[in-house]
Amino acid sequence: MAVDTIEEKLATRHAQSQLEAKLAFYKRIGLIGLIIFAVALPFLVSDFRTFQFTRVLYISIAVLGLNILSGYNGQFSLGHGAFIALGAYVAAIMMDRWGVPYYLTIIPAGLIGFIFGFLIGLPARRLEGLYLALATFGLALATPQILKKFEIITMGVQGIVVDKPEVPFGLPISQDQWLYFFTLMILLVLFWAARNLLRARTGRAFVAIRDHHMAAESMGVNAGFYKPLAFAIGGAYAGVAGALATITIQFVAPDSFGVFLSITLLVGSVIGGIASIGGAIFGGIAIVFIPNVAEEISKAAPWAIYGVILILFMYAMPSGIMGFINMLWRGYVKRLLTRT
Amino acid sequence: MEIFLQQVLSGLATGAIYASLALALVMIYQTTELINFAQGEMAMFSTYIAWALINAGMPYWAAFFLTIGISFVGGMAIERIIIRPVEKAPVLALVIVFIGLLVIFNSLAGWLWTYTIKEFPSPFPVGSPGGNTYIGFHQLGMIGVTLLVLLFLYLFFRFAPLGLALRAVAQNPVSSRLVGVRVGWMLALGWGLAAAVGAVAGMMVAPRLFLDPNMMGGVLLYAFAAALLGGTTSPLGAVIGGFTLGVLENLAGTYIPFIGTELKLAFALGIIILVLLVRPQGLLGKKIVARV
Repeated sequence: MAVDTIEEKLATRHAQSQLEAKLAFYKRIGLIGLIIFAVALPFLVSDFRTFQFTRVLYISIAVLGLNILSGYNGQFSLGHGAFIALGAYVAAIMMDRWGVPYYLTIIPAGLIGFIFGFLIGLPARRLEGLYLALATFGLALATPQILKKFEIITMGVQGIVVDKPEVPFGLPISQDQWLYFFTLMILLVLFWAARNLLRARTGRAFVAIRDHHMAAESMGVNAGFYKPLAFAIGGAYAGVAGALATITIQFVAPDSFGVFLSITLLVGSVIGGIASIGGAIFGGIAIVFIPNVAEEISKAAPWAIYGVILILFMYAMPSGIMGFINMLWRGYVKRLLTRT
Repeated sequence: MEIFLQQVLSGLATGAIYASLALALVMIYQTTELINFAQGEMAMFSTYIAWALINAGMPYWAAFFLTIGISFVGGMAIERIIIRPVEKAPVLALVIVFIGLLVIFNSLAGWLWTYTIKEFPSPFPVGSPGGNTYIGFHQLGMIGVTLLVLLFLYLFFRFAPLGLALRAVAQNPVSSRLVGVRVGWMLALGWGLAAAVGAVAGMMVAPRLFLDPNMMGGVLLYAFAAALLGGTTSPLGAVIGGFTLGVLENLAGTYIPFIGTELKLAFALGIIILVLLVRPQGLLGKKIVARV
């Protein structure tokens, strides 16, 4: 396509911007469609499935936190489960000991996750790549033991049982459905916040530090502040997810926050597409449903199948589902452009 | 004083466990700059193979060396078949593949040999030299075997042409290829060696920890810590790191009542963070200088 005159150039550019506007419109329609689908979902499936989808939702929130930390800021964490544990215990203790209603535990859980994340993020500033992964892996390994050690606060291996939330305002839905909507509401707020945050100054600082630490610093980005901030935000998201987990499952115990939880979070994050917001949802779906699929394939060794699925997935889509979708989308846009 | 001596000696014995697995980690790190999260499970799987061989009536040492052979070939096969296709993928994709391997081995072992805890024989006599209460023959043997493996690796990397080629590949793959070293096979060789070293570690650990599919979970973290403490690029450092960690852990468990046995893992975590903060390259590691 040889473009010679200014007029022709302007014409192509105009066509491009028109196309972009159209595509943005399609994207918005798609998003609204998805939200409507998400709202309709609990009326289409059984209560047990609704409970599973609630799990998908809060795990997606935690995965999004990890995406912000690892995908956008480039700090690998294999210990994100520790923040979930923290949020879960904050919620459980508030509800069980102090009789706080469940909906008031979300914000404190997020706040404590934020503070704790910032504190962990401070020494993490000096660790790069795999070393950070290692240190956080240690955090994940130590979490159940620490929880068991402070028995006075956490009730040790016995765990804490809390009540299932009642449906408010006399709405004609089941408790599971109400929990689903409650979680969905928080998820939408947090995803919207993440999108705005990542598009703004903070998000660009995160990405700049990830892509070239030194260049970012020389442009005046204060990495010493933004790196722990990324940890704090990741921690806050995971803390909220933890509180929601407590509310959904109505039980916390140290052994549900082992290494395995942290590993599955990273797995979900990578499968969904680590540097993306929407990928977190795919991650949540993968975390909740791949074990089920694996179990259907082989009752004897479901985790072996799980491992095989993981490896095959990485062969097929090394940059995750969202990366794959983006690739297809870019190809489509390119084809449209060459046609005009 | 007696308690102190006892704790130090048994710490050395535990340290030998960490050291040998740390050696396996360093092997792979040296050739590929990757930390293999599945190392512990691979070692565990090798130990199960040894157990099956011994149970089938094979004498201990025959089973020992056959297992090392099988692990070596298995490690190479894993590199060739599973790691090769994702060699150029992002690091995270590789980490996920390692995690995949981890759960596969763990689950396969549980499926093939059930999750019940098994006893694993020790090649060394029962009891302790001179009937002392500090350290038994098995512990001494374990330390000896670790040092032997270290010596073997040292000689191999220092003098054997193959070992030199391996080091060359680690440092500069492109130049190595130009002088005729087959880079791909060297990477496979590194994996094979790591698996073999891991197998030795597993067979030495099993008499103490007993054999079950999850036996390596905690050990792996200590091995990581040991490798970091000594420097991920130095086999000698890994061994020193392992012994240091074993002794430190025991002493902390005995003399600091708050830590006890419950917070031992947290203690390892603390060490990792401390080392990374104070001396990121480890005791004997080379400082990594990157060009910007």
